[in-house]
Amino acid sequence: MFTSIKTRLIGVGLAALIGTAGMAQAADITGAGATFIYPILSKWSDTYNNKTGNKINYQSIGSGGGIAQIKAGTVDFGSSDKPLDPKELDEAHLAQFPSVIGGVVPVANIEGLTPGKLRFTGPLLADIYLGKITKWNDKAIAQINPDVKLPDANITVVHRSDGSGTTFNWVNYLSKVSPEWKEKVGEGTSVQWPVGVGGKGNEGVAAYVNQIKGSIGYVELAYALQNKMAFASVQNSAGKFVQPSMESFQAAAASADWKNSKDFFLVITNAPGENSWPIAATNFILIYKQPKDAARTKAALDFFKWAYAEGGKQAEELDYVPLPKELTSQIEAYWKSEIKM
Amino acid sequence: MAADTAAIAIPSSVVDAKRRNARDARADGLFRWIVAAAGMFVLLTLTGAALSMLWGGREAFSTFGFSFLWSTEWDAVNHKFGALVPIYGTLVTALISMLIAVPVSFGIALFLTEVAPNWMRQPVGAAIELLAGIPSIIYGMWGLFVFVPIMGEYINPWLNDHVGTWPVIGALFRGPPLGIGMLTAGIVLAIMVIPFISSVMREVFLTVPTRLKESAYALGSTTWEVVWDIVLPYTRSAVIGGVFLGLGRSLGETMAVTFVLGNAHRLSASLLEPGNSIAATIANEFTEADSDIYRSSLIALGFLLFIVTFIVLTFAKLMLNRLSKQEGAK
Repeated sequence: MFTSIKTRLIGVGLAALIGTAGMAQAADITGAGATFIYPILSKWSDTYNNKTGNKINYQSIGSGGGIAQIKAGTVDFGSSDKPLDPKELDEAHLAQFPSVIGGVVPVANIEGLTPGKLRFTGPLLADIYLGKITKWNDKAIAQINPDVKLPDANITVVHRSDGSGTTFNWVNYLSKVSPEWKEKVGEGTSVQWPVGVGGKGNEGVAAYVNQIKGSIGYVELAYALQNKMAFASVQNSAGKFVQPSMESFQAAAASADWKNSKDFFLVITNAPGENSWPIAATNFILIYKQPKDAARTKAALDFFKWAYAEGGKQAEELDYVPLPKELTSQIEAYWKSEIKM
Repeated sequence: MAADTAAIAIPSSVVDAKRRNARDARADGLFRWIVAAAGMFVLLTLTGAALSMLWGGREAFSTFGFSFLWSTEWDAVNHKFGALVPIYGTLVTALISMLIAVPVSFGIALFLTEVAPNWMRQPVGAAIELLAGIPSIIYGMWGLFVFVPIMGEYINPWLNDHVGTWPVIGALFRGPPLGIGMLTAGIVLAIMVIPFISSVMREVFLTVPTRLKESAYALGSTTWEVVWDIVLPYTRSAVIGGVFLGLGRSLGETMAVTFVLGNAHRLSASLLEPGNSIAATIANEFTEADSDIYRSSLIALGFLLFIVTFIVLTFAKLMLNRLSKQEGAK
């Protein structure tokens, strides 16, 4: 009660200072950015609102928009699927930390194929997306898939048509495992695809893959499960073929080298570890190091602290992976040392 | 006494008339201003929108120069952008849609005004207007979930086998049977603009005086001759207006096209291959345009859509003017 009165007083004082009106409720936290975390953020904020009365107002306008909004100072926190490097963060006086983990999975449309049967290696996926392997019964695919009946059909590559964090993690992985991909295409939220057709959003890619026979695409795990698509296992950096699942995503998050990454600048694709899913993805939160309104930033951090501690179950229900315990304590230590409140 | 009142009444009525004249002139002036402002509003918003897009795209134009117009590159990683693929896709899909929509709409309008039994005209006319009100995303979803499988399963393979083997034209119809692509987008667009064009056509066909038509019939004309020689010449400019309305919508349509076009930045001769359009590119990529030059290129694309639309409409207008001059000389 006391703190809420205090924050309100500060809010009123600030409003008077900078001459703006309408800061009636200081604990109305605003955020903008990646669409990836929108479902879990709205679930969390609903529960959090019921518990504490604090509201999170999140606009899922895309990572690019989130970065632009936080840099312009129009929101309390931004969110991006692509981490900013420490230099860029420093220039913008921003701090960065992970919020939740997900994963990207390859899906295929081959008649009679059941989920989890097909196997890929990273370089193989890169060659398919480069347009070098064009037939399903190509030797390179057949070799690691002796149990699958591969048709003599053309492969139709499906990719995202919109810029997206899913694409970023997918091509980041392809760049790590294929020097040719890195040189010819590179990585980003949208790239110049050598072959294929583009679907809008995860749902667009899922729809295309479901409709075009002999197609391959990549979607977040939740979409593959909801649409009952034939996802594939992928060989990880330890040489093991792993299935996409909560456990393998979590293994990737746990084995990634967070300790030595400044400002959590780390993309956890191709993570080490026997059980790690090679295309796991992290969403990042961006927040000011020296906020103009410390109370609002503190309220935002309190929310994430609560989400780390209590939101894990809800995250799993929506096919997200909560952050491992060591990582969340590292994040909280990072807040203490980096953010002035 | 009577003369007296008359002497007083005349000057007072003159004064009244003068006052009235002045008031009318004022009201007229005000009216002219209001109407002129409404007219200027269109011009202002148009130039304002075009100029702000030119301003937003200045970085792209100054970086790439004129090569922005004919480069097929669209590489967000290396910051290289060119507009040829989206411009080509926009023009091709709009052309396909017009090739289908104009004759079909003409047929619909004729049927409803000349041929259909009376009880049918009102309900079918209302149905067409209802079709015009369906949001474009519905057409997009229908296209993707219903029409694309039909195209991929039956129409594309048939085109490949039968039309794809012809010389020259065949190249347009050879390609993988994906179901999505420029032809599909053109057909969906045609379905979307048919209600616009046909309802305008129907409306203006109804304005043709019955006397004219009946005279022609009395002289022994067939229905077709009445339509071609009486109805169409009488309504030509309004019909053209309706076609332009549809063309404008075709060029700028976003959501429905995005769903069925395939969104691939590649230039290909085949209509069965995926392509891209200006509006679809902007809608797809604006949210995650993470560098200034990327965003600027997308806004520059928007400006080019203005230019492309302007050129296409001007060109069409000139062509039609020439046609009608020939008509006059005959």
